[in-house]
Amino acid sequence: MKVSAIITLKKDVLDPQGKVIHQALDGMGFKNISEVRQGKYFEIDVNENDPNKAKAVVEDMCEKLLANLVIENFKIIETQ
Amino acid sequence: MKSSVITFPGSNCDRDMDVALKKFGFNNKMVWHNDNELPKSDLVVLPGGFSYGDYLRCGSMASKSKIMQSVINFAKSGGLVMGICNGFQILVETGLVPGVLLRNKYLEFICKNVFVKLDNKENTYFKNLNKDVLEFHIAHNEGNYFCTKDQLKEIKDNNQIALYYCNYEGKIDDQYNPNGSIKNIAGIFNKEKNVIGMMPHPERMIDQSLSGEDGSIFFKNLINNIK
Repeated sequence: MKVSAIITLKKDVLDPQGKVIHQALDGMGFKNISEVRQGKYFEIDVNENDPNKAKAVVEDMCEKLLANLVIENFKIIETQ
Repeated sequence: MKSSVITFPGSNCDRDMDVALKKFGFNNKMVWHNDNELPKSDLVVLPGGFSYGDYLRCGSMASKSKIMQSVINFAKSGGLVMGICNGFQILVETGLVPGVLLRNKYLEFICKNVFVKLDNKENTYFKNLNKDVLEFHIAHNEGNYFCTKDQLKEIKDNNQIALYYCNYEGKIDDQYNPNGSIKNIAGIFNKEKNVIGMMPHPERMIDQSLSGEDGSIFFKNLINNIK
């Protein structure tokens, strides 16, 4: 079963890359933006048929390695 | 005095550290990341470099490598552990020191000499050091120290700030902050002060004709404090 996780920086953590991307987009004419935040996306194929169990495994991965909970939040966004 | 330098895949300051430690009297051993046990050591060093290609987050993969469990146990039993640059990033990922190291504020790789001010000499690393301001070298892309407000209060209350970026006179100001670190922080201790993580490289300042001598002052003092 494939599980996707998305990792984003917490609200009050500075995201210099997001800022530069924002500036670049602005320079290209995309004027209607108030903020850009960059994150990470993982697709993990877990050898597990129960979606709840698969989600739980990926949640554990996020807590232990994929995200640093001091600065990042994670969200399991879909399973298929 | 026995020291161990851990080599991870992608470490590149491990040999410089080996040279520095031996120059000032340590009997140093290089330890491979995939080993299980640390040799008997008075000091363990996590060197600079790009362990595991800086994949995922700098230091995150290395913090989970085999030898690290032994390093964490050593640190928790009071052993001296020093993380320099990528070693500092590995330490924050293990949770041995608080906070994280983010991408530099202006998104540039910084490679230059900086001055750092010592904040706390009540520890094995800086006790009896006859200088308060040292000139070290930095070379990093992710050295922007960050922690939560609560963590900042805690590290201040426990005197855990080891080094601040400053000018040659020791003045701490935003204009001497190379990477955007919160409060100009360049180095941090754990609560017990036996673990230190710092972005600057003392091992690059051990030869007057090549660089400077402030690293020599640091290492000479360190070995005297451990004896």
